[in-house]
Amino acid sequence: MTSPVVTSPAAARAVDLTKVYGSGESEVRALAGVTLDLNAGEFTAIMGPSGSGKSTLMHCLAALDTPSSGQVIVDGTELGSLSDKDLTVLRRSRIGFIFQSFNLIPTLSARENILLPLSLAGAAPDQAWFDAVVDTVGLRDRLGHRPSEMSGGQQQRVACARALVSKPSIIFADEPTGNLDSVSGADVLAFLRRSVDEFGQTIVMVTHDAVAASHCDRVIFLADGAVVDELARPSREEILEHITALQAAAVGNRRDTGA
Amino acid sequence: MFKLILRNVGARKMRLAMSALAIVLGVAFLSGVLVFSAGLSKTFDGIIQGTTPDGVVRVEGAESFTAGETGVSAATVTPDTVARLAALPEVDRADGNVDGFGMYVVDSDGDLLGGTGAPTLAFNRTEAPNMDGNNILTLLDGRWGKGAGEIVLDEGSAEKAGYSLGDSVKLLTPAGQLERTATLVGTAEFNGGGTAGATLIIFDTPGAQEVFLGGRDVFTTVALTAADGVSQSELVKAAKAVLPAGFEAVPGDQVVKESEDAMAQFLDVIKTFLLVFALIAVIVGAFIIVNTFSILVAQRTRESALLRALGASRRQVTSAILAEAFVMALFASTVGIGLGWALARGLAAMFSSFGLDIEGSFLNLTTATVVTSYTVGILVTLVAALLPARRAGRVAPVAAMREDTVPAKGSLRRRSVIGSIVIAVSVAAAIAGLAGVDGMPAAAWVGIGAFLSLLTVAVLSPVIGFPVLVACRAVFGRLFGASGRLAGENAMRDPRRTGATASALMIGLALVSTIAVMAGSMKASVDTVVDEQFAPDFIAQSVIFAPFSTQVGDRMEQVDGVATVSRQQMLDAKVDGHNETIGAADANFDDVSKLEAGEGSVDFGAGKAIINEDKAEEEGWKVGDTLKLAFPGGKKLSIQIGGIIRENSVVVFGINVPLEVVEQAGIQRQDNALSIVLDDGADPAAVHRALDRVAKPIPLIEVNDKEGFAESIRGQVNQLLYMIYGLLALAIIIAIIGIVNTLGLSVLERTREIGLLRAIGMTRRQLRRTITLESVAIAVLGAVLGMALGLIYGTLLQRVLKEDLTVLSIPFSQLLVFGLIAVVVGVLAAVMPAVRASRLNVLNAISTE
Repeated sequence: MTSPVVTSPAAARAVDLTKVYGSGESEVRALAGVTLDLNAGEFTAIMGPSGSGKSTLMHCLAALDTPSSGQVIVDGTELGSLSDKDLTVLRRSRIGFIFQSFNLIPTLSARENILLPLSLAGAAPDQAWFDAVVDTVGLRDRLGHRPSEMSGGQQQRVACARALVSKPSIIFADEPTGNLDSVSGADVLAFLRRSVDEFGQTIVMVTHDAVAASHCDRVIFLADGAVVDELARPSREEILEHITALQAAAVGNRRDTGA
Repeated sequence: MFKLILRNVGARKMRLAMSALAIVLGVAFLSGVLVFSAGLSKTFDGIIQGTTPDGVVRVEGAESFTAGETGVSAATVTPDTVARLAALPEVDRADGNVDGFGMYVVDSDGDLLGGTGAPTLAFNRTEAPNMDGNNILTLLDGRWGKGAGEIVLDEGSAEKAGYSLGDSVKLLTPAGQLERTATLVGTAEFNGGGTAGATLIIFDTPGAQEVFLGGRDVFTTVALTAADGVSQSELVKAAKAVLPAGFEAVPGDQVVKESEDAMAQFLDVIKTFLLVFALIAVIVGAFIIVNTFSILVAQRTRESALLRALGASRRQVTSAILAEAFVMALFASTVGIGLGWALARGLAAMFSSFGLDIEGSFLNLTTATVVTSYTVGILVTLVAALLPARRAGRVAPVAAMREDTVPAKGSLRRRSVIGSIVIAVSVAAAIAGLAGVDGMPAAAWVGIGAFLSLLTVAVLSPVIGFPVLVACRAVFGRLFGASGRLAGENAMRDPRRTGATASALMIGLALVSTIAVMAGSMKASVDTVVDEQFAPDFIAQSVIFAPFSTQVGDRMEQVDGVATVSRQQMLDAKVDGHNETIGAADANFDDVSKLEAGEGSVDFGAGKAIINEDKAEEEGWKVGDTLKLAFPGGKKLSIQIGGIIRENSVVVFGINVPLEVVEQAGIQRQDNALSIVLDDGADPAAVHRALDRVAKPIPLIEVNDKEGFAESIRGQVNQLLYMIYGLLALAIIIAIIGIVNTLGLSVLERTREIGLLRAIGMTRRQLRRTITLESVAIAVLGAVLGMALGLIYGTLLQRVLKEDLTVLSIPFSQLLVFGLIAVVVGVLAAVMPAVRASRLNVLNAISTE
């Protein structure tokens, strides 16, 4: 295992994070002590087999879930001491979200969806930035449409624009291409890549798709609730290899304990 | 997964319980009214049966006249006649009755006992049994009285008036000496129990004769008891042979029937009145059922599709939904009937405060009540659920496989087309009413138009109400930013659902507003009429519109500053064979009331009848024609028409006669109203105070100037208005339940969306506000449509009733209050759904399927 190389200050940090569901016999440790720095200005992928805890990790980092123990620090703020309201405000102002599906409010137009976090905060949008974001995702002619009038790829790009428009410290993307065909998926990934390269945005993406992860600066592998490995700027093949090895190990483990 | 299913079932139970509540309340109101009505009838029937002997000897034609309210015949029966009746072999016993109308008890605080409610009955006690052979009265405490100085009261009245045995009771008598006192020596009750709120003043025979008949040893009626084996008709036949002229013998059964019929006329008004409100509640409840089942069916599209895919027929899917509705209706009706039984007691308590006491033991669930309530509850629910159930049956099996489970919705176009046609029919009906088309009264035409259009607008509310929702969205967005805008969007998301939910409130508010416009117009009309036609300085009247002793007028004439007291009395008479209430007034009346002659002379001192223009036109009478009048007690008089009053006046009747006709007709002289004119230069305020001092010991009498008179009528209108508002409140409550229900279901449906909103930064408070504003949008939609319709209905009714409601007055301030209440209703209805939504766990919500 190689230790993480700090290239820039952390946008978010997890310190000895654990998350336990249930108790006694049925206790499940989704996170078993994760310590991790997510670097600002990087596009990071979190990968791992099903049940490895990657989604739980993201939910804890994104202030959607509370860990059983350990600390989460986002943009210098320790989350453990915050009330629900403070957490909400933090999500609104410093975190952007892109979910796998159902990303948009069906009653609002694309423009309204993009501006929703800002209008919830009662903040005025930065018109130049809004224009820049909209042009980057190529949605200028779709701004008046409602989600039901757009394709899945377009909807996901609107979600990306919404995540970007409030200039958050960090964007969390949960399988953003999971529901898209490969062409739309590539569009979205290219767009996320550009946001990092051109705007210096920090993005953390949970995925099990090696193609998606190959767009990232850094790929972190999780297994059984712990960070097991990470790669810097890996190719698709390297990632696949790693995953296969991890899965084999997991299956082997299970056989061992089963025997 | 299992947890999710359990939670869904739990949630569904909650939704079903909420819509069941709408049925529960509707059925409860219905069965409560039915139980109350039955108890009402039973109470009166019991009293009538328990107080009627085998046969009654009375003044001829007595049944054609309302006893007491409009004068009493002075005709009497002598003890000789009673003795001759008693001597008949068919007669076991004959007892002379002295029935005194118009006596009142002043309670220990100096107020009138009984007020405007049930009557006060004063009479002599005899040993005469009722038809069943039982005593009519039972002594509960003390002893029976002796002479005019001692009385027995019914137990309830003695208690209410705050008198105990040995106390001196103040009485107001209808004629002659105005006030007297008597010692309370006992309390009694009708053999059957209660008095339905009536006050009983019981004398012995000489006492009653002294008080009511000037001490003459005569009677007003005779109670006949048949000898063993003699039927009522044989009894009556035998009695007729010895009766003096002007009197008749009537079988007890006929008296019972007459009394019950007379009572039923009055009770039917109350029953119908209450029943109308119960039906309104049921109809409003039906709207909520339609809506709830529509939403449930929409949310279960996938489930229905799966059933269809597995081989269920359309009919089976539809039946499954109907079965669910049936079970719910059965359960809800059962609860509703039980609640109704309790509600009947509430109604009884309410009516008891108006002086109408229902015997508690008569408030029972009869088979008819139970059957009717179940039938209405179940039928209404099934009919309401039928449309959504059929929609569930039409779900295509392939929908089970689809990702998005948007149920197929027909366009609103068909609805709009059919709705527009029905609206056109309603408008036609309203125009027919305005144009006075024959076949139905104008108000009935308008009523039909209103009923049709109300239901149509309810169905069309998604279309008609759309601009209101757009306006809400704009206003909310401006005032509350993103959460306001989202709320507006949510309200418009499914206009049918919003419309149907708002409809329930709309019906309630349409009725409330109609009533408000009518009441406002009535008050304005009263003001106008009083302003134009209240000619004297003051009018003294009985607060219960009963006649009173002429001594009141005598005393008022003595007050300093009073120039003239003009007296008026109401009489019942048969005019050319028709029953008619006529007015009698003294010679000053035409001057005091500033009457003007259209034809002939309107001088009441000329000994001639004076009629109004309407009557003259209706009957084709002219000055100089002779009217033939017959009065209770058999007196007949002819009187010439001396003049026709120009323009119709509310201070006169169709037919009016000089006051001296009253005594010629054999009717007891009393006054119904006194018109008082002051000396020139007298201080009206000082005289008013002096007149009030005269009236103070006689709580029956009220002295009003023009403003006070209008005020007292406005007060009566308001009393009725508030009672109607109270009864309509239930419909509003049911409508609130509907909003709670819809919002709850919508929140459930939008769980994921709420999760997303919370994730991207909506605070709990903003979320609660969004849901509250959506609720307010629904309420405002209902209120705007309802008040708009109410304004139209109220205005139309005023137009067709403009003979009585001369002035249209729209109470804008009240309508504004209704609008504000609607907003409050919206806020209240949102509390539960909003709290539930804000407590949703963000992660769970966002990952909900």
